[in-house]
Order: sequence, then C-alpha cells, then structure tokens
Amino acid sequence: MMATTATPPTSNDVTSIVPKKGARARPLFDPPIVKRAVGDSFLKLNPRLMMKNPVMFVVEVGALMTTILAVRDFAAGAAIAGFTFQITLWLWFTVLFANFAEAMAEGRGKAQADTLRKTKTETTARRVRNGSAEIVAATQLRSGDVVIVQLGETIPGDGDVIEGIASVDESAITGESAPVIRESGGDRSAVTGGTKVLSDWIRVKITSNPGETFLDRMIALVEGAERQKTPNEIALNIVIAGLTLVFLLAVVTLYPFAVYSVAASGSGTAPSVTVLISLLVCLIPTTIGGLLSAIGIAGMDRVMQHNVLAMSGKAVEAAGDVNTLLLDKTGTITLGNRQAVEFIPVGGVGESELADAAQLSSLADETPEGRSIVVLAKQRYNIRGREVAEHEAHFIPFTAQTRMSGVDLDGRRIRKGATDSVVEFVHEHGGTVPTELMDVTDRISRSGGTPLVVADRERALGVVHLKDVVKGGMRERFEQLRAMGIRTIMITGDNPLTAAAIAAEAGTDDFLAQATPKDKMDLIKKEQAGGRLVAMTGDGTNDAPALAQADVGLAMNTGTMAAKEAGNMVDLDSNPTKLIEVVAIGKQLLMTRGALTTFSIANDIAKYFAILPAMFMTTYPVMSKLNIMGLHSPTSAVLAAVIFNALIIIVLIPLALRGVKYRPMNAGALLRRNLLIYGVGGVIAPFPGIWAIDRLLGLLGLA
Amino acid sequence: MKQLMIAVRATLVLALVTGVAYPLLVTGLSQLIFPHQANGSLAPVHGKIVGSELIGQRFTKPQYFHGRPSAAGNDGYDAIAPGGGASNYGPTNQKLVDRVQADMKTFRAENPTFTGPVPADLLTTSGSGLDPDISPASAEAQAGRVASARGMTVEAVRQLIAAHTQGRQFGILGEPRVNVLELNLALDQAAGAK
Amino acid sequence: MTWPALGQLAIFVAMLVAITRPLGAYMAAVYSGKRTFLSPALSPLERAIYRACGINPAIEQTWTSYAAATLLFGLVNFALFYVLLRLQGFLPWNPQGFGTARAPAGSLPVTPDLAFNTAVSFMTNTSWQSYPGEMTLGYFAQMAGVGVQSFTSAAAGMAVAVALIRGFIRERTGFVGNFWADMTRSAVYVLLPISFVGALFLCSQGVIQCLRPYLQVATVEGAAQTLPMGPVASQESIKLLSSDGGGFFNANSAHPFENPTPLTNLLEMLLMLAVPAGMTYTFGRMVNDRRQGWTLFAVMLALFGAGALAVTWSEQAGNPILSAAGVEHRPGLGQAGGNMEGKETRFGVGASALFSVVSTASADGAVNSSHDSFTPAGGLVQLFNLTTGEVIFGGVGTGLVSMLFMVVVTVFIAGLLVGRTPEYLGKKVEAKEMKMVMLSLVATSGVVLVLAGAAFLMRFDRGSYWNPTPALTENLTNHGAHGLSELLYANASAAATNGSAFGGLNANTPWFNLTLGLAMLVGRFLVIVPALAIAGCLTRKKRLAVTGGTMPTYGWLFGGLLVGTIVLVTALTFLPALALGPIAEHYLMHLGIPVR
Repeated sequence: MMATTATPPTSNDVTSIVPKKGARARPLFDPPIVKRAVGDSFLKLNPRLMMKNPVMFVVEVGALMTTILAVRDFAAGAAIAGFTFQITLWLWFTVLFANFAEAMAEGRGKAQADTLRKTKTETTARRVRNGSAEIVAATQLRSGDVVIVQLGETIPGDGDVIEGIASVDESAITGESAPVIRESGGDRSAVTGGTKVLSDWIRVKITSNPGETFLDRMIALVEGAERQKTPNEIALNIVIAGLTLVFLLAVVTLYPFAVYSVAASGSGTAPSVTVLISLLVCLIPTTIGGLLSAIGIAGMDRVMQHNVLAMSGKAVEAAGDVNTLLLDKTGTITLGNRQAVEFIPVGGVGESELADAAQLSSLADETPEGRSIVVLAKQRYNIRGREVAEHEAHFIPFTAQTRMSGVDLDGRRIRKGATDSVVEFVHEHGGTVPTELMDVTDRISRSGGTPLVVADRERALGVVHLKDVVKGGMRERFEQLRAMGIRTIMITGDNPLTAAAIAAEAGTDDFLAQATPKDKMDLIKKEQAGGRLVAMTGDGTNDAPALAQADVGLAMNTGTMAAKEAGNMVDLDSNPTKLIEVVAIGKQLLMTRGALTTFSIANDIAKYFAILPAMFMTTYPVMSKLNIMGLHSPTSAVLAAVIFNALIIIVLIPLALRGVKYRPMNAGALLRRNLLIYGVGGVIAPFPGIWAIDRLLGLLGLA
Repeated sequence: MKQLMIAVRATLVLALVTGVAYPLLVTGLSQLIFPHQANGSLAPVHGKIVGSELIGQRFTKPQYFHGRPSAAGNDGYDAIAPGGGASNYGPTNQKLVDRVQADMKTFRAENPTFTGPVPADLLTTSGSGLDPDISPASAEAQAGRVASARGMTVEAVRQLIAAHTQGRQFGILGEPRVNVLELNLALDQAAGAK
Repeated sequence: MTWPALGQLAIFVAMLVAITRPLGAYMAAVYSGKRTFLSPALSPLERAIYRACGINPAIEQTWTSYAAATLLFGLVNFALFYVLLRLQGFLPWNPQGFGTARAPAGSLPVTPDLAFNTAVSFMTNTSWQSYPGEMTLGYFAQMAGVGVQSFTSAAAGMAVAVALIRGFIRERTGFVGNFWADMTRSAVYVLLPISFVGALFLCSQGVIQCLRPYLQVATVEGAAQTLPMGPVASQESIKLLSSDGGGFFNANSAHPFENPTPLTNLLEMLLMLAVPAGMTYTFGRMVNDRRQGWTLFAVMLALFGAGALAVTWSEQAGNPILSAAGVEHRPGLGQAGGNMEGKETRFGVGASALFSVVSTASADGAVNSSHDSFTPAGGLVQLFNLTTGEVIFGGVGTGLVSMLFMVVVTVFIAGLLVGRTPEYLGKKVEAKEMKMVMLSLVATSGVVLVLAGAAFLMRFDRGSYWNPTPALTENLTNHGAHGLSELLYANASAAATNGSAFGGLNANTPWFNLTLGLAMLVGRFLVIVPALAIAGCLTRKKRLAVTGGTMPTYGWLFGGLLVGTIVLVTALTFLPALALGPIAEHYLMHLGIPVR
C-alpha cells in the first residue's frame, strides 16, 4: 500500500515562543458574551457565592451597610445624603465590576463549551458484532465495541483505528480545518468522537464510555463550573485575605483614635461610618481580589485556545516552572519522516541486490521510512512490489529492543536496522563485517543522517541512507528557552554520532542517543533528583511511564490512550513543540497574577494621601498638608478614591483576560521590568486618576 | 511529659549557672580588679563620702555650679525616686514650656552677668534625673556668679572649668562635659588651700 | 547633624560590619556542633548541663515537639520568675528588704498583676518594666530573676531561628533539630562568654558590681542622698546582648551606674546588635550562600541607617517651641544643642538618637534617654521601627525569623512577577507557609491596633480594680497627639517584644499589666510557633535547583524590593494611627502650638 502522510499542523510562527492567538481565539468583548456576563454579575451577588472571595465579600458587606446609611440619611434629609448615596452606588459597582470580570471569563469559556456541545449531536454508529453490523445510537456504545465509520460519517466515540486508513476532519475538536490521516498501526491510530471521516473507511475500537470522552472533558474544563483553585491561587488568596484582615483592623481601630484626637484638639468630628467603609474598601486589594478568578479562568481558556487540553490548572502552573524540556527528535525537532535517499552497497555487493533485499525487508513495514525504502527501490532500480504470499515469507517486525526488522523467506534471513544490532546479527551467523561498512555508517551519521544496515545472514549487504530534516526556526526557539533558563534535551533512538550532529544543528543543550524507554525514564529521574522540573512529550504506550514520571507530560492526541491517561496535558494538534507554548502560557498566568497583585497594593499609597487628609482636616487643619493632590473637598476626595478603585477593575479586565505580555527574558530582567511597570506604575497611576475624577466631580457639582 | 521534666531541670540548672554562678563570679572578679568602679566610683572628701562621681547631686548655693534641672523626686537628684528620673514631657507639652520659662527666669535672676543665650542642657532635665555633667557652655554661663560669690576672678574659675572639662572620648564619642561635683569639690579645695 | 554625630554613626556601623562575620561564623560552627576555639573551656559545661537535665542532644525533634519544648521552657521560666517576684521577701541578697515589712518608703510592692506582667515580659524577651527596679527588686530577684530570664529567653529565641534555618538546608526529613541542645549551646557558647567579657569591661568603665546595701551619703550642700547599689555590670551586659533590655534601674541605660561613659554607650549599642547582625551571616553560611545573608544584613543596615540619620537630624534641629522661648539649640559654642530634654549631657543628641534607633530596631528596648521627650519626627522613626515587627536586626533569633517572614512575602509576589511559582533557596513557598506568615503578621499588627483602640474606648468605674481612673487616657503624661503616641508606643513595644516605652504612660495598673502582657505573649509566640511550623514544612520539601529562570534573592534589586515591601506593609497598616500621632504632632509643633 502506498501511503502519504500529512505533516501535523504546526504553529504559524515557529521563531517566537510568545503565545499567539490559538486557532479558536475569539474577540475579547463578544457582544453576546458581554450581555450574558452583565446578567451574571447580578446573579453572583448572592452572599453564599461572594463568601468564596473574602475581599469582595467585605466590599459587599460594606455596600450593604452604606445602603442602610444612605436610606437613613435620606429619611433624615441630611445634607450628606447625596454623598452617602454616591458612595453606596460606587461600592455596589465595585462588586458588580468584579463579578463582571469573572462572568466574562466564564462566559468565554461557556461559549467555547457551547460550540463543542453542538458537535455532540445525535450521532448514530454502525456497530459490528459477531460479523454483523447494526445501527445503534452513539450513546449506547461501550468501551470495547467495534464500529465501522464510512465516508461522510461522524466517528461516534473516542477509540483506536484497528483497520483501515482514512482522512479525518478534526475541526470540531482542534479548530483546524486541514484534514489529518488516521490509520491502523503505528502512532496515529487514535480518533476522537465527533470528528468526520472524509475519505475511505476505518474500523474503530471504542475506548471510552459515553460521558467520558475527550469532548466531554473539554466541555467540563472550559465551563469552569467545577474549577478547582490551584495551589498557587489558594496561597495568593491567603495573602490577600490576610491583608484584608489587617486593613480591616486598621480602619476599625481608627475610630477610637479619631474620637480621642477630636476630643484632644477640641475641633472637628470623627469620620463617619461611610467614610470608614470607603477607606477600607479602597485599602483592601480589590483589584486583584476581583480579578483573580478571572485570570485563572482566562488562563485555562488560553491554554484551550492553543488546542491543549490540560487536566488541571496546576498542570499549567507547573509548566511555568519547568527547568528541563525533553523533546523527541522525530516529529518535534525534525520533520517527522526520514526518507531513504540512497543505497550504498559494501563488500562488492551490487546496488540492485542491496536494493532488492532492502525492499523485501520493508514490504510489511508500516513506517514511513520503510515505505520510502520501497519507493526508492522502485524508483531507482525498478524493483517492483511483489506478492510475497507465494514465498512463505515470515516478517520480523521492528521492536525497540532489537532495533531491527526484516523478513525470513526462501532460506534467506534479511535484516535491516541499527548498525550495531545488524552487525551483531551478522556475527551471530558467523560472518564478518567489512571495514568500509563502518566508514560508510560513520560518514552518514556525521552528516546528520541515519544509516540502516542491511544484511542477509552472515553477509552484510550495505547501508540505506535515511535523511532527517530539522524543522525551521527551532534554533531561535531554543535560544529563547535558554534565555528563560530552560534546558532542552533531544531524545532519539539514533546512534550517538547522528544524534550529536542533529542536536548541534538544532541547537539543543544536550541529547540522549539510542534512547530506550528505560533510558528516558532514568534521565527524567536523574534531572528530578538534581532538583529540576522536567517536561516531556510522548505518544506511544511505552512513553506512558515516563509521561507519568515527568512533572509536565504532554501527550499527543494521536497517541495511544495509555499515553493520554499518563500525561497531564493532551495536545489536540499532536504537535510536540506545543510544549514550549504551554510553558509560556503557564508563566504568563503566574505573571498576570503577580502583576495585578503588585499593582493593587501599590495603589494604596495614593488612596491614603486622598482619604487621610479628608478625614482629619477638621480635627487637625494642618493635615491638609498631606493633601498633595489638591483635592477640593473632603467628600470629593473620598468619592474620587472610591470611584477610581471601582473603575480600575474595569480598566484592567482586558489585561486579566488576555494576560500580561510575556517576553522570554531571564528572571532578573523580568523582575526589573515588571516591577517598574506594575510596582512603580501602580504607585504613580492613581495620583492623576484620582485628581482627574476629583476635578470631574467638582465640575459636575456631584461632591 | 518527659519534655516538661527537662524544662524544669533546664530552667533550674540555667538559673543556677546564669543567675547565681555567673553574677557572683563577675562580682568577685570586679571587686578584686576594679574595686573603685565596682563600688560606685565614690567621691571621698577628707575621708567622708559625699557622693558618687557618676551620680549628680543638687547644688543650689550661689558659690557652687548648679547642675541640670532634675525630675527625679520632688527636689531632684533623688536616686531612689519611685516615679523615676525623667520628666517624660513631650515637646508639645505646655507644662514643659511653662517649666522652661520659669527656669529661664530663675537663671537670669541668679546669673545677671551672663547675657548670652541659655544653653539647652541647663533648662532641660536629663533622662535619668541623675546627670552628673553639664556642658562647658553651661559652666561658662555660671562662671560669673560663682566667681563673684567666692571672690575669685572669672579667669581663675574658667581655668578650673577647663581643667575639669572632659572632651569627647577618643575625640569623637559623646559630648564634651564638665562634672559638676568634681568641679565644685575642686573649687572648695582651691578655697580651702588658700 | 553635626560631624561628630555622623562620625559616631560611621564608627558604629564599621564596628558592626567588622564583628558580623566572625561572630556569625562562630555561631554557625556552634549550631552545627563543630568545635570552636572556646570548646576546650566550655564544652565541659555544656556536657554537664546535658547530664544534669537529662538532655540527649542527638535526638532530632519534629516541629511540634520542638515547639512544645519551647513553650514548656517558657512556661517553667515564667513560673519560676513569678514565684521569685512574689516571694522575694524570703530570698537572700535583699538588703533593702523589698517585699517585706521593712521595705523603704516609696518602694513598689509586687502585686500579682505586676508579677504577671513582669514575668511574662522577661520570658518573652521583651523586658517591659512597669516598675522602677531600684525601688522594687532585691539583688537576688534581679540576678536570679531578671538576669536568668534574659539568658533563657534569648537562648530560646536563637534556637528557634536555627530551627528555621534548618528548614532551608534539610530536605525530605521533617526533623528540625533538638531544642534543648540548640538552647543550651546558645547560652553556653554565645551568651555567657560575651556577657562575661562585656560585664568586666563595663565595670572597668564605672558600671557598679557589688552586693552591699544602698549607701546613704550627705551631699556637699548637706542634703541626704541614697545611692542605690547592686550587681549591675553582670546584668547590664546580658541585658543588651540578649535583646531583652530590662535595666537594673528605672532609668535604664540613662542611669550613670548602668552607662557611665560614651565608650560604654558604644559598647552597649554594639552588644544590642551583635547577635542579630551575626545571625544574618550565620544564616548565609548555613544555607551555603553567603550572598543571601549579606543581602539581609544590607537591607537591615539600610533601614537602620535611614532611621538613625532621620532621628539625629530631627533631634539636633531641636524643639522650635522651646527655641522660641529662648533656649539655645544650636550646637557648638561648648554645648551639644538640639532637643536636650530627657537626654544625658555625656551623650548629647547624637549618641542618644543613635541609641534609641538601635534599641527600637533591635527589639532590645534599653534606653539611654527619655523617648517620650523626643521630637515627633524622632518618635515617628522609633514607632515605625517597632511596627515593622522587629525586622531591622530585631531580637536575637526572632529578628532573623521576622525578617525571613518578610522575605517570604516578598518572594511570593516577586516570584509570581517572573512567571514562576514562588520559591526561596530552592524550597517552594506554598499555601501552608503563606498561611503561617500571614497569621503572624495579622496577629502581631492586629494586637497593637486592637489593644490601643480598646484603651481609648474603655471606661471603668472610679476605684475599679482595673485602673484607678475611669479613663485610661488619664494615665498619660502628655495629651493630644503626643498622648496618642504614648499609648500606641506602649502596645507596639509590647507586640514587638521591645520593651522600651514613652515613659509618660503610667502602665502599672492591672489593665495595662494584663493587656500588655497579652500583647507580649502574642508578639512572641505568634512569631515562634508559625516559624517552627514553617520550618517543619520546609524540611519535608525537596530542594530545587537554581537555574537562569530562578529569581535571584540577593543583590540590589531584591534588596530594594525587600526594603520596599517592609516599608509598604508597615506604612499601610499603621499610617492612620501614625497620622493622628507623631505626624500631626510634628505639624503642630512647627506651628508653635503646645498642648495643655
């Protein structure tokens, strides 16, 4: 059978690891989402929901109290009623804005989920049992059932292709409209329910029960309803809750101090409850308190936009911490398939004899390399494909242990495979290997190719030269990773010489050659023992233990179920370089949290300079020296601060949802940059903001 | 629990070592090596102890140099005053301003020949209430009164002041100061010698 | 600012820097159980103590049993001191007869609430004294009570710091060390030898050391003066070294018998900061990265230096209200000048200001001047130092611990800023650690604010047990903004386990004795227990490797960030109270407005 394999879709820009919009990105403020979010903001006012967020709960309680005070002031006809009413209004706005942020983030996720749900329409399946086919509803399928899916039909559930090869449209899952090939055997056998067969037919063994398919899991993930707080988020929540408590105590105890000072100075009045609540709300970190959950949800959403299914938020954060990346050579660093480019006979053997033997041993070879050998033999030496049945051929499949494959027929024992394996085979049969064989294999290896030695019993026939091609832009990406302090290690089954050449060409920090699954496992354990966090990609079942051992395991969607279960993330595009994007998204998520926390706390300085003089000017007139913004009245100062506090949440929603811009830099430079923007910026920004709002209030005569 | 027993034993053992053995050892050695300092740097005059070089005492008579005001006890310089030795007046306390103004008036009345600004230490109380020193400027301010009360020349008095002025330790630590008791004893000695 | 004052500051800093490394290295060796140059003399004593107490130094403890040991040790010490105080009438070396029928007039009886407060105070390494020592305690109570508590509380604090350091060194164990061994080693190898040498030096300069009764003399003018006596030098050196700070006499280090010369003043300041500074080097040495230790030292020094300059400058500028009344405040012309109220002549403004900053930063609490009489700006710096929670060098052991808490907070935020989950010295900082740190911060700040606020609100019946007057504000000597400062200072000092005071507050009433005692317990044990819990958590974690992606926790950037975090957290919490206290007073003073 001839086969062409389409290369898996790669990221559009391979030179930068800054995450670009994924395939399914949507505009930030989609009108229907906004509308739904506005409604949700009010629904989220339920105290039982608000209690989960201590900071905003305090604001809500404060808003309730000022509402009562406003009513009382209106009833009494007090002059201050207008001020109290406006404060109340803006406190409620603060809570609503925070709810809006969370609702927006959830809404975008829900929209995603709704799109996914549409693909879960009533599908029917053609189940095969005991040789006969029957039509059943997709929901009646169980793990282990076998179905046949034909041209134009939708695959009814997650499974493995056990027979056949087809072109499949996976856009429902991946968003990519370019069709992919799914075929039995090899590493591209997994199919996902909800995708459509575009050509030929396949026989699929279902591997998941209804409700547990990947589609279901994706929906649950993006809906965020059962979202668990990640450990880092819990820790940050503790910090801001602690700060809230401290500020609460500071504001509450301010009252007795003020009463004493008023008595001592003989003038002025102690600040009212409304003003105290305003001060409290301004001090507690409402900016980060309101946006924290939105950041987390948006972060997971961004991961999804890049077509990665993360099992938990913790996995994404762990990705941000990774020190070492293990990358497979084939398909990740190099274009997936090596091609046979020449036959080099040794020891006086003729080229066509070599080609003939090579082709024979590759007939049952399902791999692209094997197929390319067959193709090359046909193209160069006109050796046609033959019916092998008549020869009683016994095919020896390739195994990771022997690293050889071949065929036994007509008394011949033809093997092709790794140099040392075949050489040993020759020696076992009492033959010797001509020295020029080693020269040839060395030459090929050093040039970055892979030599496949072909032998027939005790005779070494020659070498097939397979060439590998490094993908474009990999060097630049590894540079960026190095700048971030991440070490890259290339894993390959190639011999050390070949591996070294390719690693040098691609620019990885290190490589592991002739890697068996055990070698991979040992490498991961060694790195972890050295205190480093390891990320790796994999697809085969033999990758499962390593994927489980690694701190971040990214399984290819086309990989086996075992691999997908073992890892903590699945790349629906089956693109191993996606790991690099996931690392960047993880870091971006953490950075966004840090940036907004810093900004939120830094804001407090300006708010003190606004509210303290306002509170105490009547008691100690000299306190007006602290009014460095020149706010025009105590009421306008307090109101301006509260309004700024509320509006800053809305202003920062896009930043929370999009995430802070991430640049690959080393830690010191990153710290300097972010401190400048969010720390110093956070100190400075409220001053002009509150001043401007104060002026506006004065102009409008509102305070 | 076992830890409680260890705690009790450790407390008692350490109390013995650090609370009895250590101070007794230091006492023994100090009495041996530095008896004058260890026993209070006492100032004997003709065999009678009139005070300690380190502890200030009250001088009110015109022929003696006066020390700083003292809030220790009702009359000042009471080393066992139950209320402590400091005024504890904050800088904005009206009582402080009143007291300083009153003391200023008294000073001007007692020292009519001195017309310069009154040095700060002479109008302020010390933290301990037992300050034995005054600044050289404060001594200079009183020199006129003391000289006329004793019938000495101001120059002679100034010489005595200079002789008993301690400069900064090692030229940089602390402040220059005059020990009032020492100076007054020296004055008495000079008068007695005549 | 005068040149000599700047010179004194420079000399002090130079000497501090010079002793930090050798002392720190020595302590690192002691806690690792290695031999040092004093081992031949002192290890027999160490072993004797182990035998007498039944201590096996090789047994490793988990954080819970380490904490239990610390708490039990504190409890027993408290009990011993309490009994000593109440029963001192029956004890030897009490020539004045305190606590008996023949006690002199004006002496202070040790009531149960005073005994409670004093015992708690010294056991928590605070040394808040609501009593005048020379009129309350006999020599035995001073030596075996106050002196012993200074040793034991200091040794306990140092042990806790070492346990926390071990949290960063060890991995995957869960054992933090042996409290009894750490405590004994602190006392035997560090506290005793330095105290001993310090005591003899102080005595040579004039600090008294005797056991005779108080001396009655007739002054030159014929008045009667009683000179108090006592074993002061031995207590003076441990009082400062231990960061306990409880003076023999009421005037503390302003008393000429406790601090007679500018040289003793310099030594006393050095003693206060020696161990806290040395511990930063010990930390760096034990975690095998000296840059970390020096970074902490530099941060502490920067905050300290800024405070010292500010106070000195403010005190030298003097009191404008008094200057307006005709008092000469300019230096030179043979006088120190400046705000001399409450200060000693031999120290002048420079050495008094410096001492006050050393004392309020270091959680020692000794004073060589009357803090209540400082200018508002000076008082502001002192209050600020207290409210930072003793991180500017701080107390022995607990200073390093408090600073490490602030480091953890800083690392948490900064770690997020570089896109990594936070980690410090290879240990991940997670929810549990943050919970402990925030608990400590909230408790120690909260107790100050709540108790101060309550003090302003409480009203008692006249003649009630709790306070002789209905309003606690009547216990204040100064009113208005300065009065607020007095009350705030008392609570801040207690919660920071400092022990210095604005002396104008009459705190020897059951209300204050009990509430300040409570504040001290919170300030001490809600730092120690969370620290041990964190140590336990950390020792169980894996140690991660340092890579290019790790945020550097040394150097100018991190140091600056740490300074900023400390200042910001403190300022944001206490700005309202400080605004109504020293800040308002400062403006009022410059307007020339005194308060009745």
